Order: sequence, then C-alpha cells, then structure tokens
Amino acid sequence: MPERRHLIASAIVVLLLALLPLAGSRYAVDLATEVLIYALFALSLNVVIGFTGNISFGHAAYFAIGGYACAILLTTHNWPLIFALPAAVVLAGLVAAVVGYFCVRLTQIYFAMLTLAFAMLVWGVAFKWKAVTGGDDGFTGIKLPAMLAHHVGFFYFTLAVVAVGVAALWVICHSAFGLTLVAVRENAVRAGFIGVDTRRMRWAAFTVAGTFGGLAGALFGMYHRGMYIENAYWTESANVLIMVLLGGIYSFVGPIFGAAALHLLQVFTNQYTPYWPTVLGLILLVIVLVLPNGLIGLAARFKARQGKT
Amino acid sequence: MSTMLNIAGLWKSFAGFVATRDVSLDLKAGELHAVIGPNGAGKTTFFNLITGHLRPDKGAVSFEGRDLVGLPPQKIVRLGIARSFQRINIYPRLTVFENVQVALIAHEGQQWNLFRPGRSLHREGTAELLELVGLAGEAAETAGELSYGKQKQLELAIALASQPRLLLLDEPTAGMSPQETAATIASVRDIVKARGLTLLFTEHDMGVVFGIAERISVLHHGEIIASGEPESVRNDPEVKRVYLGEGGGHG
Ligand SMILES: Nc1ncnc2c1ncn2[C@@H]1O[C@H](COP(=O)(O)OP(=O)(O)O)[C@@H](O)[C@H]1O
Ligand SMILES: [Mg+2]
Repeated sequence: MPERRHLIASAIVVLLLALLPLAGSRYAVDLATEVLIYALFALSLNVVIGFTGNISFGHAAYFAIGGYACAILLTTHNWPLIFALPAAVVLAGLVAAVVGYFCVRLTQIYFAMLTLAFAMLVWGVAFKWKAVTGGDDGFTGIKLPAMLAHHVGFFYFTLAVVAVGVAALWVICHSAFGLTLVAVRENAVRAGFIGVDTRRMRWAAFTVAGTFGGLAGALFGMYHRGMYIENAYWTESANVLIMVLLGGIYSFVGPIFGAAALHLLQVFTNQYTPYWPTVLGLILLVIVLVLPNGLIGLAARFKARQGKT
Repeated sequence: MSTMLNIAGLWKSFAGFVATRDVSLDLKAGELHAVIGPNGAGKTTFFNLITGHLRPDKGAVSFEGRDLVGLPPQKIVRLGIARSFQRINIYPRLTVFENVQVALIAHEGQQWNLFRPGRSLHREGTAELLELVGLAGEAAETAGELSYGKQKQLELAIALASQPRLLLLDEPTAGMSPQETAATIASVRDIVKARGLTLLFTEHDMGVVFGIAERISVLHHGEIIASGEPESVRNDPEVKRVYLGEGGGHG
C-alpha cells in the first residue's frame, strides 16, 4: 500500500494543479497540459527502462499509434470519445505486445535497435498510408466533444486521465509483478532459478509500457488537434528517453520530474534562442557526467548531505 | 527408498572439450549425496545440466519420472528442484529481505499479480527463512554488502524459498571461515532432515563431505570414477590416486 505521506503529497499536487486555471493564464494551463502528457509518456517508458533494465529506443511508436488511432476513430469514424480513447489505448497495447514478443528475445543494444526498427516501421506506415493518416500533411482537424474544446476543460480532462494513468502505473510498479521485474532486472539468471519466466515478464512490461504510452499519445493528439509523422519519428523516442534519464530511472516519480524539467526547458529555450539541440546536448552531458541517477538521485544526495550536518 | 533423480549417460562438451563424460547417477529420495572431485572436474557443469542452465549433448535426466532435458530452469524449479550457486548469485542491490521475498512470490506464482503490493507479501515466510539461515539481523541490509559467508547463507535461503524436494548446493561453504563452515553444514543438515529433502551437493572440504554425505560420487575429468558409501569411496584405490591422495581437494 502507498504510504500515507505519498498519498497526501499526491493529493496536494493534484489539487494545486486543479487550481491552476484560476490564475487565468492560458499559457500556464497549456504548458501544464503538455507537461502532464509528457509525464505519463515518460513514466510509461520507465516500465521498460527502470523496471526491466533495457533501453527502448522506439517508444514513440506507441505514443503515435495511440494518438493516430484516437484521432482517426474520433474524426473519420465519428466514434464517441468514451469508445475511441480506450480503443486507441488497447490498439497501442496490442501492437506493443506483438513488437515486444520479438524484442524481448534480445537485450541491451540489440533490444534497443530492434525497438528502434519497429518504431521506424510505424513511422513508415504513418507516412505512406496517406488515405488514413494524412501522410506527411499530418492528420488534422480532430473532432473533440464540446466539453473538451475549451483549453480549461481539456486541461481538467488531461489531469484526470493522467492522474488515473499514473495511479495505475504506480500500482503495477509496486505490485508483486513490479517487484519481480526488479529482480529480473537485477539478476535474470537468478530470477529464472526461482521459477520466473524472465522473458515473459519483460514481454508483459513492454506491453504495459506501450499501453500507457498509447494513452499519453491519444491525449497529445487531442490536445494539438492533430497528429504528425514527426510524433512517430525516432527523435521523439530519444526525447522521452532523455526525460526518463534526466529524472532518474530507479525511482517511480523520477520520470515525471524529468518530463517537466525537459519540456519546460525546451519551451523557454526556444523563446530566446534557436539552439535547443545544443542545449539538449549540454543536458545530456550533464546527465552522463554528473547525474547518473537523474534529478531524483541529485535530490537524494542533497538530502543525505543535509542529514549529516 | 525410491529413485528420485535418475541420470543416464550424460555428456556435455564445450568446443570439443568434454566436461561431462557419460555420467550416470541415481539419487534416492531422502539421501544426502556429495559429488566431489578436483577443481575443473565438472561438478558445476553437472549441476548446470540437471537444473536446465545447460543442455546436455546426450543423455537423460529424469526427476520423479519426468524428463528434464530441454526444460528451462524456471520449469525445473517448479517441479521441485532448487539450487544454490558456487559463485554468488543473488540480487546484490536489493535488500536481503527482498532477495528471499521475491523467491516466495515466484514460488506462489504471484509474479503475475499486477495489483497486490509486492512488499506486503510473504513477510512472515521471509522472516522465517532468514531466521533459519541466521540472517534475521541483516534483513534490511543491501545483499551485496553482506560478508561472503552471509551471501552464501542468503543463497541457501533463496533456494529453500522455492520449497524444493531436491536441493542442489554447489560448494555451499566455499570461501567461508572454518566456524562459518561448521555452522552452515550443521544448519543445512538440520534443514534437510527436518524437511525431508534430498540433497545433492559439491564440496571441497573433505571433513564436511565425510561428515554428512550418505553417498559420495567422485568426478574426475568429467567422469564418475567411484560412487557409493563414504567408506568404500575413501578406500577406493583409484580415488586415492587421483584425488584424496593429493592431500584433500581444492575447489
Ligand atoms: N560455459 C563453459 N564454456 C567452456 N568451458 C566450460 C564452461 N563451463 C565449464 N567449462 C569447463 O569445464 C570444465 C569443468 O568445469 P566445472 O564444471 O566448473 O568444474 P568444477 O565445478 O568441478 O570445478 C572446466 O575445464 C571448465 O573450464
Ligand atoms: Mg564448480
């Protein structure tokens, strides 16, 4: 069970976010919506990275599948949101299950390359299947229920969906399944000798990650009223990967902070300079050289030092 | 007593080097059986073949009438065979408690439960096992930071968590001090007897071997050169020549 202080802290965060629109700044509300979506996306990726110890370089695939599927069902097929959203999420999860079936046969760099290869295939489908996806023009003009048409309404919708998504991931990551995954990550051979089918565990984790990545993607498409092939491109996979690493892979909440920090930095940097890629490079350098356990690791170090003095 | 483990004509070679040569062995339920032999004799390889870590080139392994060849380790564990490793094989960054807790979770098949909080499961069972191997005081420590001897004890607790009927211990006291060795052996014997387990173990300390083994098999260059009661093995001229004569054993 979550400790009480965790529950209270989470409730306070949700409450504060819920009060944000009262400040009256559309800019702040939009920014918060984006951060929430990226936070869910990064958390979903960390089920693979932090909990199985394998780097996926193709997580944008599931984000894109969720986003396109939801967009197409809502708009082309006029499905109501209540069916379109779950269907999109299930589709992303199913594709992750199929792709994962092959990927978990490999580990390390081979695993990473295979996830990348499959993501490029997804990108290729989005690009080529113009009649359905809009190809390189993107899929635009997504129809949303009236309730969500206003940015504040959409923010509250996103807050609710992300809160439920994060809670679900929390439960999964702290379940018997999550603890066993950590054992698999730490020593797969030993895990096999206590009776765990390590490949199937990693397969399930991959599927969970894809499912929640799809949920984040569906929100993203609706928020932007469009999906574009760039959302399936490998740079998007790299971006979310950096969010996870920046936040810290060995902590459940780490990726949330990584997503917030990276996205806000990107937005602010873009206001003043055209050099975001350079700034991103510097961030990566900092992660590798001084923040191997991300922002969360930094916070833990700081706390330990304070405790000593 | 009935035959629990039946091994017939087992062969394994690594790039032309024969590590296991036509090994046959019957293990009766409830027996305490030691496999001895000089370093490199093929003891660990033999264990790896039984437990599914390696696949034999030829031969049969059957446990309680079931053919094990080709089964992956996780299936073999579920049939009732657990093992410890000569080279420490734990989760070094998890706590001592979690090391055992996960094994209990897996034994119950709860690794597929996505809802029940993992840390709340089997707290009592874990504490009991840690108590049994003398690690109750170290439960909260990071496993990798334990002394070598204690990590070996943890290996044993993890293996026991799978509630095996056949327990394979690969050099359970290697690297331990004489006191730790004596304590470990005493506790292994007590546990095995109390739970009615069958024990197959390798060990380099001849005092330990002759102290608890009811039967002994001697491996040499991958081949069993003698097998039987401790006294007959001790007096076997071939064994004396290749192994015991060398003044004990080494690893
Ligand atoms: N995976 C492997 N690949 C190649 N050679 C191996 C492998 N495992 C063991 N061997 C070789 O097989 C022989 C027996 O090793 P091992 O079973 O570890 O002996 P023991 O446990 O009796 O010391 C050694 O010569 C060792 O080098
Ligand atoms: Mg050995």
